[in-house]
Amino acid sequence: MANRIPRVPVREQDPKVRATNFEEVCYGYNVEEAMLEATRCLHCKNPRCVGACPVGIKIPDFIERVKDGDFSAAAAVIAEDSSLPAICGRVCPQETQCEGSCVLGVKGESVAIGKLERFVADWTREQGKAPAAPAAASNGRKVAIIGSGPSGLACAADLAKFGYDVTIFEALHRPGGVLEYGIPEFRLPKDKVVAAEIDAVKALGVKIELDVIIGRTVTIDSLMDEEGFEAVFVGSGAGLPRFMGIPGENANGVFSANEFLTRNNLMKAYRNDYLTPIHAGKKAIVVGGGNVAMDAARTALRLGADTTIVYRRTEVELPARKEEVHHAHEEGVEFKMLTNPVEILADEKGWVRAVKCIQMELGEPDASGRRSPVPVEGSEFEIPCDTVIMALGTSPNPLIAKTTDGLEVTRRGCLVADESGATTRPGVFAGGDAVTGAATVILAMGAGRKAAAAINDYLSGK
Amino acid sequence: MYKIIKKEMLTPTICRMEVEAPRLAAAAKPGQFLIVRADEKGERIPLTISDFDTTKGTVTIVTQPIGASTTDIVAFEEGEAFADVVGPLGNPSDFIEKSPEELAASHFIFIAGGVGTAPVYPQAKWLHEHGAKVDVIIGAKTAGLLIYKEEMAAVCDNLHICTDDGSEGFHGMVTALLEKLVNDGNKYTQAVAIGPMIMMKFTTLTAKKLGLPIVVSLNTLMVDGTGMCGACRVTVAGKTRFACVEGPEFDGYEVDFDEAMRRQGQYRTEEAEARENHVCRIGRGK
Repeated sequence: MANRIPRVPVREQDPKVRATNFEEVCYGYNVEEAMLEATRCLHCKNPRCVGACPVGIKIPDFIERVKDGDFSAAAAVIAEDSSLPAICGRVCPQETQCEGSCVLGVKGESVAIGKLERFVADWTREQGKAPAAPAAASNGRKVAIIGSGPSGLACAADLAKFGYDVTIFEALHRPGGVLEYGIPEFRLPKDKVVAAEIDAVKALGVKIELDVIIGRTVTIDSLMDEEGFEAVFVGSGAGLPRFMGIPGENANGVFSANEFLTRNNLMKAYRNDYLTPIHAGKKAIVVGGGNVAMDAARTALRLGADTTIVYRRTEVELPARKEEVHHAHEEGVEFKMLTNPVEILADEKGWVRAVKCIQMELGEPDASGRRSPVPVEGSEFEIPCDTVIMALGTSPNPLIAKTTDGLEVTRRGCLVADESGATTRPGVFAGGDAVTGAATVILAMGAGRKAAAAINDYLSGK
Repeated sequence: MYKIIKKEMLTPTICRMEVEAPRLAAAAKPGQFLIVRADEKGERIPLTISDFDTTKGTVTIVTQPIGASTTDIVAFEEGEAFADVVGPLGNPSDFIEKSPEELAASHFIFIAGGVGTAPVYPQAKWLHEHGAKVDVIIGAKTAGLLIYKEEMAAVCDNLHICTDDGSEGFHGMVTALLEKLVNDGNKYTQAVAIGPMIMMKFTTLTAKKLGLPIVVSLNTLMVDGTGMCGACRVTVAGKTRFACVEGPEFDGYEVDFDEAMRRQGQYRTEEAEARENHVCRIGRGK
């Protein structure tokens, strides 16, 4: 019988304190808290949470092990389906996936599945009891993975377990993709969590070659024709930032969230011992409502700027994870909803001095079911600021499609791939944001795993 | 790691390094650039490729200390290695697509300023080897700051030197020399300017006056160099373009140089602070 207690709260850094540092916001559960929370699971006969997980983690099974205090066994259950549990426990949108479909959530609060997953991953890593990599007999066949983000890492891990000789090619100087350059330290610690989970993938025999830009340094054709790779998985993500196309956008002090976050995360601008410059200013405006907008706003705040998020819809429609919005509020980020920039105003030296915005109201629902915002005529007003960060979404980099024969893309620049990840070119598979456009870490991982299975089928039949 | 095979000082501050980067060397073409990160805590610094040797698997870069990171790069010695050298980045020069007939009928005039002289070299060399006629103007403040004279002389038809103080060659700026050469009856089909932004701006104005088409190579700010950050945004023909993936070479007539120069100085305050607080770590604890 499940324990009818309220959801066990998770300890967090005090908002006032954490608004001035880059240490992790959430401390996670300790042993007692995790075991107590685990008693809340109803162990449904048809667990809807498993079906709602893009990689199908056997959630009630691992929670059962947590309840019994057998955390190594819990980790082994998770490892069957996920190679990056400490990361997913932190950044998955649980409220729309596993926790969103938990029966307990109908009348009360769902089981804290994400926090439990994180606990298991952190505990096993800290105790040095991470599940041992199953030793696969090498079949000597080479597969190339393009990009070391979530989809590439998940695909590489599965292929290595099948016995393939896997090499990941990464364009930047550190592996991890968006985990490294995009998501901030205070949400996803780089050395403690990201590097540790990547090391676990490497321990499976996966090689990572940094500083290689596919389409420039080498091409997919040269990898397959000259270097002996029999199949390729493209997990190159969606890295190209969008801008609004409004007047004044090239003024000094207007940045893409990608630039702002890359400087701070990958290039460690927040640390005095790194040379990277960054400009958060005194008053920063962040445009957008997704996780990236929250990350950029909370980063600017930590760098000392008064920060306001402007978004054209209302807070209900914010696409960001609920926890991130809640944390941003707590830390003192201001939210100006139903507001859309129409022009960036610069001073005589070309530096941004204000954003001219227009008031919006919600109109009829659009194709996605969301009510689309429409401008209120004559409602323009200015918000003074010295920094503007555009977090409007990203699209896939065209470089790979442009330099590979027979690789089709959609009108939006996404690679064309079927359910299994097969592209229009035999032997080349793709998944994650490169196929879907900007989405989530866990969806990318799911696509990487599916493609690994498809690559195995493809090569087994060859 | 990317080992420095050879280092030489071309002037008291400008330094040339040949660096091991086999994959990059095999793929490099004239007009492209690369990114160097000297060590773990350094910035990613875009530098134009000054030469590449496919057989040796090396690339050549020419740089001078401007900020903290370039100072660190220059402080590296032969036998040491950079943390990262990545590329080639950007598009190759348009002329590599031209037919042998088109090349034989063309007469290029390169206008090279300061450190920008080095990336002119692989372009002039390629064109010279492929049958085009090539003239090169090298300009500097004073004779002691001129670089690549002998190298360039070997790969062009006519080498013209100018110095601001008249200490060597033509007395005056590259723009005045370009104008003189055209007025003397030289019939160039294409000009290419590589150097400081201000020099490219005025060379473009001169070329326009002379009715000469001109290509410029923009050295904008960048982080990744692959289209991710957008720090390199430039306005070309009224449209925002990313210099890293859509450039670095553009039609000079169409570039908004004033905006480009303003944007180049975007981190000047932060960089000055970094320089003040910077303690050079290179060579420590080795």
